[in-house]
Parts: sequence; C-alpha cells; structure tokens
Amino acid sequence: MSEPLPCFHCGQPVPPGAEYPIRYQLANKATCCLGCQAVAQTIIDSGNADYYRLRTDLPPTPEAALEELKNLKLYDLPEVQSSFVSEQPGSIREANLILEGIVCAACIWLNERHLFRLPGVVGVEINFSTRRARVRWDNERIQLSQILKSIQDIGYLAYPFDSSRQEELFRKERNAAIRRLAIAGLGMMQVMMYAVPVYMAQDGTMADDIEALMRVASLLLTTPVVFYSAWPFFQGAWRDLRLLRAGMDVPVALGVGAAYLASIYGTFTSSADVYFDSVVMFVFFLLTGRFLEMNARKKSAEAAESLIKLIPAAALRLPGFPGDRAEETVAAVRLSPGEHVLVGAGASFPADGSVAEGASNVDESLLTGESHPVSKNPGSPVIGGSINLESPLVVKVERVGADTVLSGIVRLLDRALAEKPRLARLADRVSAWFVLALLVIAVGVATAWYFVDASRAFWVTVSVLVVSCPCALALATPAALTAALGRLTRLGLLSTRGHALETLARATDFVFDKTGTLTTGEFTLCEVYVLRGDRDTVLGFAYALEQGSSHPIAMALRREGHGNHCQAEDLRYIPGKGVSGLIGGGEYRLGTPEFLGVEVPAVDAPGQSLVGLADDQGILAWFALGDALRPQARQLIDELRSLGVRLHLYSGDRDANVQALARELGIEDARGDMLPQDKLEAVRSMQQGGAVVAMTGDGVNDAPVLAQAQVSIAVDQGAEAAQAAADMVLLSSEIGRLADGVRLARKAQTVIRQNLAWSALYNFLAIPAAALGYVTPWLAGIGMSLSSLLVVLNAMRLSRINEKPGIGGTDSPR
Amino acid sequence: MDILYLLIPLSLVFVAAIAVVFLWAVKSGQFEDMEGPAHRILMDDEPKDSRE
Repeated sequence: MSEPLPCFHCGQPVPPGAEYPIRYQLANKATCCLGCQAVAQTIIDSGNADYYRLRTDLPPTPEAALEELKNLKLYDLPEVQSSFVSEQPGSIREANLILEGIVCAACIWLNERHLFRLPGVVGVEINFSTRRARVRWDNERIQLSQILKSIQDIGYLAYPFDSSRQEELFRKERNAAIRRLAIAGLGMMQVMMYAVPVYMAQDGTMADDIEALMRVASLLLTTPVVFYSAWPFFQGAWRDLRLLRAGMDVPVALGVGAAYLASIYGTFTSSADVYFDSVVMFVFFLLTGRFLEMNARKKSAEAAESLIKLIPAAALRLPGFPGDRAEETVAAVRLSPGEHVLVGAGASFPADGSVAEGASNVDESLLTGESHPVSKNPGSPVIGGSINLESPLVVKVERVGADTVLSGIVRLLDRALAEKPRLARLADRVSAWFVLALLVIAVGVATAWYFVDASRAFWVTVSVLVVSCPCALALATPAALTAALGRLTRLGLLSTRGHALETLARATDFVFDKTGTLTTGEFTLCEVYVLRGDRDTVLGFAYALEQGSSHPIAMALRREGHGNHCQAEDLRYIPGKGVSGLIGGGEYRLGTPEFLGVEVPAVDAPGQSLVGLADDQGILAWFALGDALRPQARQLIDELRSLGVRLHLYSGDRDANVQALARELGIEDARGDMLPQDKLEAVRSMQQGGAVVAMTGDGVNDAPVLAQAQVSIAVDQGAEAAQAAADMVLLSSEIGRLADGVRLARKAQTVIRQNLAWSALYNFLAIPAAALGYVTPWLAGIGMSLSSLLVVLNAMRLSRINEKPGIGGTDSPR
Repeated sequence: MDILYLLIPLSLVFVAAIAVVFLWAVKSGQFEDMEGPAHRILMDDEPKDSRE
C-alpha cells in the first residue's frame, strides 16, 4: 500500500538498499542517490538548510513546477504504480488519488468535468467526504502523470493515496481553518464594540471626530478579516469566474467585497453608512459553518480510515520457520505470501493468513462488528488488522497488500462514497442554477432600486446577495448522506454503492434467502429426546462415537458433548448410515433410523435430521439436528414487520423445511424448491407490481437475484462477500443490524427532505424580503449563516443516532 | 470624552495582542486534540496515585 520513503532532497522514492544518508537538524535523512546526497549536503553546508523547511510553504514557482513534473513522471513507472494502481481489462488502469485544495462541492464538479475532457480518461469519481478521486484511464492514450499535471493546471494538487499523508493534510487544513475563524471572531467582537455605540447614540450626542476614529479602527480590524479570513471565498469565486460558471462562492465574495469597499468609501468621505460589522459577522458565521462541515466530513471519513490504519507498519518475520526461530523486523508491506510471522499477544495481524502454530482468541470486531472474540487454532484463517488477544501465534502469510480482506473492504467503502446518489446529483445541478438566477435577480433589484431610491440601491443589492443561501441547498443532501454512511459502517453494515442508502429507505419488500441468511448454514443440535439415561450421558456417548468423523452431523454432536469424556473402541463407520463402537464393553450404535433398524419416531421436527443412539437393548435417545436460526433472525423479522415492509422467504431448500421456518417466524410468502431462475422471476414480477425489492442473500449463490433486486444485501463474512455484486455487505454476524440500517436509511431520507424544504422555504421568504429593502446587510448575514448552520447540524444528528438498545454490542471503533 | 482618543487605539493594540497569542496557540498544537485534555485531567496517570 505505502510507497518507499521519499528522498529527502528530490522526493523520489528511495530504492531499497540505497544508503545515502544526510545529516539535517540532528537527524539522519535518506536520499535516493549520490547526486541528491551531494546537492543536499552542499545546501546544508552553505547555511541554506532552511530551504527544506521553507519550500513547502512557497507558492509553486516555475522551477518548482518543473521539479514536481519530474516527480509526477515517476508515477508512470509500473513498479511505483503497483502500490496504488489496479489494472483492468485492456489497457485500462484505475488509481485512487488524494486531492488537495477541495473546498466545496463545486470543486468536485470542476475537477470531474476537467478530467473528463482529457482524451483517454474513461472515468472520474471524486469523493467530497474523503477527498479522494478514483480515476480510470486508458494507459495507451494518456499517462497518469499527465492526469496529475492537468489537475495542477486548474489549481489543485493530486497525489496517489497514502493514508498517513491524508492525515497530515487534514491537520494542516484544520489549523488554517481555526486561524481564519479566530481572526474573524476577534475582529467581529471588537468591530461590534465600535458599531453598537453608533447605533445606540441619540442624534447629536456622538462627536463627529470620535465617530470617525471608530470607523477607522473598524476599517483596520476588518481589513485582516476580509483579506485573510475571507480569502478562500475570493479564491473560490475567482476560480469560478475564470471558468465562467456560477459557484457558491461568487455571491459571497461579491457581497463581502462590495460591502467592504463601500464602507471604506463611507469612512473617508464620512457621507454614506458603513457596514464593517456586517462584513465581519457574515465572514465569521460562514467560516463557522464551513468548520463544522469539515469536522462532520472528517468524522464519516474516519470509518474508512480507521480500517486502513489497522494494519501495523512492521511485522516480526521468522525466515527460518519452523526449524530456526530467529526473528527479524520488516515492514509489513514487504511481506510476501508463504512467509511466517510471529504475532504477539495484543498485537494485530499484518496480513491475511492462517495459523501455523499456537492457539489464541482473536478480536475481529473492527472488521466484522462481531463482538465476541473468535478462537483460533492451527489452520484457522486470520484477517489482517484483527487483534490477537491471548497468546503468541505463528501465522503463515497468505494474502498481502491490496489482496487482503481489509483492502477489499476499504475499496468498497471508497466506491460507495464516490458514487453520487441521484438526489445529490440533482442538488448539485439545482444549486448551480440557483446561483445563476440569484445573480440575475441581484442585477434586476439593483436596476429597479436605482429608479425608486438610488441612495438605497447599493445596500439592498448587497443584502440580496448575502441573504440567499445556496449552501443550504447544496449541502443538504451530501452532508446527510456522509453522516449516515459513516454511522452505518460503524454498525457493521457497509454500503458499496452510492444509491444503497436511498433505495434501502424506499424498500417495500424484503426477500430473504434461507440457508446461511436467516439460518447459520451449519448443522446444529436442536433437540435431544432422551428415552433412557440422562442427557449428559447420551451426549457423552455420541461424542465418543463420533470423534473420528468429519461429517457435519458428527461435528455438531461433538460441539455439544465434549464435557463428558468416555472412550469408544473398535469404531466402525458405515458411510451415510452411522457408526458403531464399544464403550465400556457394551456395543453402541449411532445413526439413521434405518441403520438402527427402528421406525422413524413421531416427533415434530420439520426440516431436521434425526439421529438415534442405541445399545443392545434398544434406543437410548434421539438427536434432532438442523440448520438453526441465527440468534437475531426472529428479532429482525419482527422489527422489519413493525417497520411496515412485506417479507418473503425464497429458498432452494425443500419446501417443507422452508414452510416450517416461515411458520416459525411468521413470514407469509414462503416458497421452497426454487431454482435461481425461479427466484429471479418472482422478484421481477414483484417489481412489475411496483415493489421496491431488497434482497438479502449470502452473496455467492444468490448473485443473479441480488443483481435483479433494487438493493441487495450480502450477509456473510470476509472475502467472498467483499467480492459479491451486492450493494451492501453486512460485515457483522449480528443480522439484527439490518433493521437498524433500514431505520437509519429512512431517518436519512427524512433529514434530507427537511433540509431541502428548509432551504427552499428560507430562500423563498428571504430573497423577496431583501429585494424589497426590508433586510439590512447585517441581518442578511446572520440569516444566511444560520440557515447553513441549521442544515449542517441537522445532518450531523444522523451520526449520533443510537441504534436501538439491545441489538448492538460494540459501538464505534475507538 | 477625550479618554476615547486613547482607549480606542488601546483596544486595537489589545486585539492585536490577543490575536498573536491565539495564533501562537494554534501553531503550538493546542487545538489539535480538543477532547483528550478534558479526559486526561480526570485520570490519575501517576502510578503512585493508584495505590491510594
């Protein structure tokens, strides 16, 4: 995943084995080659070492751009690309990139459009939440470096994804936001101090020279707020104007700029009004809204990032295993399949593999939501990123890097966040039109007021620009979606498609597969009917008789009876029938009724297999074995029914078994003996009747039906599910989370609708009021900012919604 | 009211001083973790305290 260390001087990756250290600020830094080492040494020796501290802060000069271009070329090398580029059929390549400089949804739009116009680029999806871009291109027509270069051309920077770098990026951005916010806040407080007396003073009591002094002081305080705190708005607006399109920053920049300039004019002529207080307040509230939104975005991106960080950076390799136990520390990315690593108690696994030696319990909760530790013995698979709880294990590495389960999950999550749902795309288009319409209205208002009352025309126009709130419109949907997706992921329900959440909320029909979905898919001992002796004794006998067999029934019996040890000798297996053996001198037989030579007993055990235990005097006990319900299946069905969805059970299993289960759970529409085509047909006819179908299956055998349903949920753990074509994957083994998911999805739809309704209502009332001159600039600033804040805060409620108590085990992965 | 000729410029100086202190606080990383210190102050992390 991660690349080699960058060279201290040129930033190129240091090739393995290169030893060209340089001494800088009491630490050794690595460079990639003799040339870089010599140049860096010269720079430091001549007292210009500050160059390395300063150069990141410099704006890109032509030389720096050239240097960067040279570095970009490196990303075309196959060996460098191997860590972040995936190859697809033909010469199509796909890469994940981080984008620097993204401030609003409009930037995403700009980048997408710009990249799409490049010949050879076949797909671009940019994720606002994680600031990652997924780019697909034809390697024969365009090189990755050209794509990165063209992103630079429009004022953004792109890097191939590396998680530690993302972290640093966020820290810098956050600190800059706090600084801007602080300057604006301090400026606002003090400018208010000067403004309030002027408003309060009775006519004639305020000396002219004092008022002039306060105006100059306000000007001095407002200037840094406009040129430092509000600078991102001007940058955004300038970028929009250059590309001749209407973004959210344009009216903001126009409003702030016009009010500031007019107030300067008023200060020095002492004629017109000044509105420094409105300017600083507007900037401060806007920045507060953006700051909150930034934190909310970060929160939902954390769900994905916390996964990628689970893989430890280093691993203890045992090169001589099993003969020699010498350890060596290597970077986890350097591991290759077939090697053995030692994982101590409390450490996490560096890669996917299987246990070669030792036994322990492992915490997989962060990956699967499974709240109980899972026991591991030699041969058990382990997932990279899970935590070894008890004793050291030697693990044979099987999959590393991009092939691991964890990477698969992270890729799916990225894809889901990158695909914009229909609603979000609609909101994007609407807000662009909104801004355009707003500018037209502002011009109209200015013209009209010029003829009505020319002295007020200017400030009324500024109010119109300031009071309208395209942000609420543009933020309403994405903010709610990212918050909800983050929450869902923490619940163990992973969305792999952008539309999943929306469709899940609208689903009217839930179709369940039986085996492996509502049931565990394994034989379990359901009931013991004891005719003679007691339960423990007969289970002990069964355990003894079945101990050599790997038949599923034998394994189910062994799981139950291992408390009472007795030895069986002279075991004879009759395949498909049963087993006989000697226990304590007496002969015992265990098997089907035919094998025991008795009638099938009349017990009510539909869908279950009966196995009898007999000695020479006849039957001792019957064991009923079946596919047991998942622990939360009943709860899930009850909750879904209370949410008002219709339930269906379609299975390939024998009809009698399916009907029995359906009766037990109270599902009315249950059909057995269904081939995949039958299921497909049934789902299709339901859809023709207008139903929105959510299909829940175990991912692999149900693939066609999963694809046919509007939204599909794969219920399984690990790799197979991650590769399935499902829209959502339940990583948790707690199937009850599905009901939480439906509830959350509906809540998200409600929040989106509330947000859209609010912003529509607000703009509908506020713009006419401002156009008629009823809104002063400072009131406009407050109104617009509060409107944006309300939308963001409303969306953030989604990330705090608690799942219903009683269902969940662990909460957020912290 | 002549005192205002002194007080208003003085207020500007104060604001500037506060801004400098605030920027220094951001730069020195005091805003990187807004939750941790609040929890840390409640914890007796010194081993000798845990004996009590």
